[in-house]
Amino acid sequence: MLEADNLECVRGERRLFAGLGFRLEAGELLYLQGKNGSGKTSLLRMLIGLLPPETGEIRWKGQSIKSDEFRGDLCYLGHLNAIKEELTPLENLLAAARMADEKLSEDDALDALEQVGLAGREDLACKYLSQGQKRRVALARLVKEKRPLWILDEPFVALDVAAVDWLAGIISGHLQRGGLAVMTTHQLVEIPAGTVRELRLS
Amino acid sequence: MFKIISAVISRDLKLAMRRQADIVSALFFFIIVVSLFPLGVGPEPDLLRKLAPGVLWVAALLATMLSLPRLFADDHRDGTLEQLALAPHPLGLVVTGKVIAHWLVSGLPLALIAPVLGIQFDLSTDALVVLTFAILIGTPALSGIGAIGAALTLGLRGGGVLLSLLVLPLYIPVLIFGAGAVDATVTGLGGEGHLSLLAALTFASLGFAPWATAAALKIALE
Repeated sequence: MLEADNLECVRGERRLFAGLGFRLEAGELLYLQGKNGSGKTSLLRMLIGLLPPETGEIRWKGQSIKSDEFRGDLCYLGHLNAIKEELTPLENLLAAARMADEKLSEDDALDALEQVGLAGREDLACKYLSQGQKRRVALARLVKEKRPLWILDEPFVALDVAAVDWLAGIISGHLQRGGLAVMTTHQLVEIPAGTVRELRLS
Repeated sequence: MFKIISAVISRDLKLAMRRQADIVSALFFFIIVVSLFPLGVGPEPDLLRKLAPGVLWVAALLATMLSLPRLFADDHRDGTLEQLALAPHPLGLVVTGKVIAHWLVSGLPLALIAPVLGIQFDLSTDALVVLTFAILIGTPALSGIGAIGAALTLGLRGGGVLLSLLVLPLYIPVLIFGAGAVDATVTGLGGEGHLSLLAALTFASLGFAPWATAAALKIALE
């Protein structure tokens, strides 16, 4: 499904990695590991098509990832939350879904917020939420997410223990449905389902 | 297509409503700059009538400039821009929505207040009508062209100054035809020709600017 071939990444004058390749099939999870500055986030940005690789190619279902179809299958969660401080969690979810041309009903959004533990805070502007709560608003997108490829940059950061378990459950549910996931993390979290593979950048 | 544009517009308008200080400060800037001129050059109706179109238009350009740096900066900082760029539809559509929203909160209020300010310059009713109309159809071009500059300077330190240097020269045609329309009305020549050219500029920039802007945004996101 997702294939990367002979990727090379150069940032500034430094070559972060070269000759990197992998193949990921349905139901598989790829853990990217490595020190700070080893190029994990750069690799993720290559995989989502925002950063063109110096050499090499990335294919999704056999096609180059430059197609619109790829972006329709992709769900990316960066280390930035992509939520608006002035809007409430509910408005954030609904606006993001509408701008991505996805169908998300208000009930579904409320349900997702309840699952991430933000029940009762739906109507509070996000600037009054804590760091962890903002992260939960961003993660609430994943609850109703049906797109097959998830690319997550440090999804466990700022979450408490219960939320980490909950998120691991969500990701394994996604893998069980035949989805793919690529993620970077410093804390190794046990994902109960799917095939877990590791890629270490050094 | 229109669903996405309207989704972007409604979100941006909602954000603007929660942050009214931005709209109000640009509007007050416009009002104050325009009002300083009659105080500065003295109460001679002939001179003021001659100055009016140029002063109002230059002030409108500067007031539009004020809000441009934030057009994409907030979305860039909080990661929303990445998400928008990854949506399965062209980024140009999103930019079109943002440009329209920018005009609604920055250009439209200027057009609405302009006739009141024009009275300070002793403009005739005809001239006031043309002035309002010219600002109404000229300011979308300012938002469109400005979006390109805002995207090119995104994430740069001191981008605000660079943005003015980049965008103000491109505003010259709008300034010439916009002020020309009012001038022509005052001198009795009729401003229709200028207004049609102004409308043409607006359509051209709304058609092309979003795509150029989208290309610049993609570079900024790399």
